[in-house]
Amino acid sequence: MPEITYREALKRALREEMQRDPTVVIWGEDVVAYAGGGAYGVTAGLAKEFPGRVRDTPIAEEAIVGVGLGAAMGGLRPVCEIMTVNFTLVAWDQIVNHVAKQSHMFNGQIKVPMVIRTPNGHGRTAATHSQNFDAWFASIPSLKVVAPATPYDAKGLLKTAIRDDDPVIFLEHLQLYSTRGEVPDEEYLIPIGEADYKRRGKDLSIITWGRMTIESLKAARILAEEGIDVEIVDLRTLRPLDVPTILESVRKTNRAIVVEEGWRTGGLGAEIAATIQEQAFNYLDAPVARVAGLEVPMPYARNLERATIPFAEDVVEAARAMMRNEY
Amino acid sequence: MDRESLISLYRQMLLIRVFEDRAAEMYAKAKIAGFLHLYNGQEAIAVGAVSALNPDDEIVVNYRDHGWALARGCSARAVMAELFGRATGTTGGRGGSMHLVDVSRHFWGGYAIVGGHLPLAVGLGVAAQYLGTGRVTLCSMGDGSTNIGTFHAAMNWAKLWNVPVIFVVENNQYAMGTAYEVHSAVPMLTKAAGYDMYAEEVDGMDVMAVREAVCRAAERARNGLGPSFLNMVTYRFRGHSMADPDVQRSKEEIAEWRKRDPITRFADEVLLKRGLVTQADLDAIRKSVEEEVEDAIQFADQSPEPPLESLYDYIYMQPVSNMQIGGSLIRPPKLGGRVAPNGKR
Repeated sequence: MPEITYREALKRALREEMQRDPTVVIWGEDVVAYAGGGAYGVTAGLAKEFPGRVRDTPIAEEAIVGVGLGAAMGGLRPVCEIMTVNFTLVAWDQIVNHVAKQSHMFNGQIKVPMVIRTPNGHGRTAATHSQNFDAWFASIPSLKVVAPATPYDAKGLLKTAIRDDDPVIFLEHLQLYSTRGEVPDEEYLIPIGEADYKRRGKDLSIITWGRMTIESLKAARILAEEGIDVEIVDLRTLRPLDVPTILESVRKTNRAIVVEEGWRTGGLGAEIAATIQEQAFNYLDAPVARVAGLEVPMPYARNLERATIPFAEDVVEAARAMMRNEY
Repeated sequence: MDRESLISLYRQMLLIRVFEDRAAEMYAKAKIAGFLHLYNGQEAIAVGAVSALNPDDEIVVNYRDHGWALARGCSARAVMAELFGRATGTTGGRGGSMHLVDVSRHFWGGYAIVGGHLPLAVGLGVAAQYLGTGRVTLCSMGDGSTNIGTFHAAMNWAKLWNVPVIFVVENNQYAMGTAYEVHSAVPMLTKAAGYDMYAEEVDGMDVMAVREAVCRAAERARNGLGPSFLNMVTYRFRGHSMADPDVQRSKEEIAEWRKRDPITRFADEVLLKRGLVTQADLDAIRKSVEEEVEDAIQFADQSPEPPLESLYDYIYMQPVSNMQIGGSLIRPPKLGGRVAPNGKR
């Protein structure tokens, strides 16, 4: 199977869906002109292929989301790009009070088939540009939230998200755009709401998503050499959570570590840990552990930034401790 | 306009007035809860504007939305039932007073975050433009919403993409309790001038003036001339909501504006003056309106509350296969969770 980047996988999904459905449009800051298309190159070239359907917008995130919402209500399928997740804060009222309210509050009279694409990430960009709000998005009823880790998942999930009749928050990651993986040329879709076993194992379950899936896979290789056989459940969808798959894995391995990039307090890891103890308490041989980002505004300095974000070695350490019954 | 149409405008305005007065009564009787923003005084705007639009033009308004829903043809029964929180309301009791809607009438809803609905109105306009439907989107707002970021973002975008949208400011001169000169740095039309947008100042207490201004703006939009901005000067005869003791506005000021009541003014200056109706005709209209509203109250009062089983309906329009099971998610589980699907503990 050919290997392509996560960035290219996303672009192929956009292209295929635009070819398939003339109501799919792409709006966002610098999606046309800047650097050939998109601050991170995802939409490069698409404006030329689809005249009038890929448009640069003002730097006004509340309007990018709000105008996209109205267009979705009016019969289009907009894919709105918010340059980074940090800027979604400007559009938070639109997302929470409007995008996420329409279908339920208006009793099914309005549907909102829109996708909001935005990357998590960091890279020496300091506190206001290195954040992660996965748990916030995932706590909002009526949103669908996906966070693919691989090029294969990114393509299949973005195609599904565009066809979905509900609003989808599509969380990408700056550190994943250039990663490579196998993606078939044939069309495929990945359902929203289904987790994926990225590695089968018997000793403990790592439940994770996004970039931390990749770090956890690195950790698994190190742990395997030490005789610790971990299973990796990549959630892929953060809302609605695939609880059956989480429980299936934990009931088999009897141990769980939730690995997330964002802040620990109020993180999605807390929700998952609580769910596991509510529904699989009797299967647990150890308390559910968490690996998470440190709770500070991200510093700029190289060493401080690296200390703040979880990496494979943090997962390795947590797994070793759990297998030594140190908790 | 022919005689029938003119009488219809009068009847609609009177229906809104009587509806609002009776809604206030029902609020006092605790049949209606939460916030209740009444439209008294501003009736000419919704009625005049709706009369100028096609039935498939899009309408988006703020939370002071009863008048718009009624003018657009929602039944007094459905609107009152919504205020009562009943299954027969415009959203089956989900949205309440501030979130009336009827998409079948291209009435896309009342929105209760000040300025929050302006971008989506522009979006509806962009969709119409893209799909070539020829529809115009009318977006009403209060004067208080013209200072928030979404106002400026929406104005800029509408002008930039030449969107067929009509911004109607229902300028009742108070942002909740704060007077215009306290909340706004510049006169209203200066804000439109900032975006080089076609703008008019309109007597919002004159239903024919409103109608004509919206006709002109709609025509411009349909001819590809883009957005318009209509500053409709009006006044609300009651407080901001039923929770407002209305102490910040002087009695003299309120009395002065009441002399310009859009309903009596239309009756006196148009219907009676032109000999289109007699006082007896007007009395008969009032009686029929009062009966319609009384019927709506009875209907609402006798309607059932929404069924508890409907609580999770439309959380998604496209459900996800395994979402019923589990955790904190969609439907709480029967075991392990605290709340059973029937809402009982």
